[in-house]
Amino acid sequence: MATASPNPRPLSPHLSVWKWGPNMLVSILHRVTGDGMALVGTVLVVWWLAAMAGGADSYGVFMDVFTLNSGALNVIGYIVGIGLTLCFFQHLASGVRHLVLDTGAGYELKTNKTFATLTMVFSVLATLAFWAYQIWGK
Amino acid sequence: MGTGTELGRVRGLGSAREGTHHWWHQRLTAAANLALMTWFFVSLARLPGLEYGIVHQWMASAWVAIPMALLVISVFYHARLGLQVLVEDYVHDEKHIVCMVALNAFTIGGAAIAVFSILKIAFGASA
Repeated sequence: MATASPNPRPLSPHLSVWKWGPNMLVSILHRVTGDGMALVGTVLVVWWLAAMAGGADSYGVFMDVFTLNSGALNVIGYIVGIGLTLCFFQHLASGVRHLVLDTGAGYELKTNKTFATLTMVFSVLATLAFWAYQIWGK
Repeated sequence: MGTGTELGRVRGLGSAREGTHHWWHQRLTAAANLALMTWFFVSLARLPGLEYGIVHQWMASAWVAIPMALLVISVFYHARLGLQVLVEDYVHDEKHIVCMVALNAFTIGGAAIAVFSILKIAFGASA
């Protein structure tokens, strides 16, 4: 086991040494959205499924947190719903970017920057499209 | 083990022989998540509403319960691999062990509740 070092070495990722740009921003977003969903999204899905399995009453308790009496989403419902959707589409797009980078492709500076920017464009557009369909499409 | 520099203490030990396994399983579950989460989002969007009667009847179908259980397993495994990297990057020494045990408990416990709930809905449907 490594013991406390008398001479602390720099640890990754050290944000202070990077110049801000789309590629490093996407790298950070990938971690934030992934770990955010891993901690918050999983708990909500487990609660949703367990409440559903518990019957109409427990499902009602779950839904009351996120909806008004009319059945429409309340403020918490919109923040959590849109937040998780945006996280999902961003992590999906930057995840596909990682799969492409794994093949050794897309490291040229301009290509890398373009692909990084596109993941963010995609996540915003996909989130808008999904919620537009939810609100006006039905 | 010596008490020299960090490099000196690990030199000659080789790799932990866990890196490729972690990396490969993260990619496998990423691909599975891509397919299963796309199905989940499209299915949710196409439901007429999220009221109890609608979602319960939907979840009771084998065509939903089986992919949903697979989704839970793949997503929780992927989430655990991702959170492991977060722990490895920011938590060190004894706290690292505590965090990893807590993470495994969270992952296995959460997935177990989710899978049990899906099965309860599916098996209880025709009873």
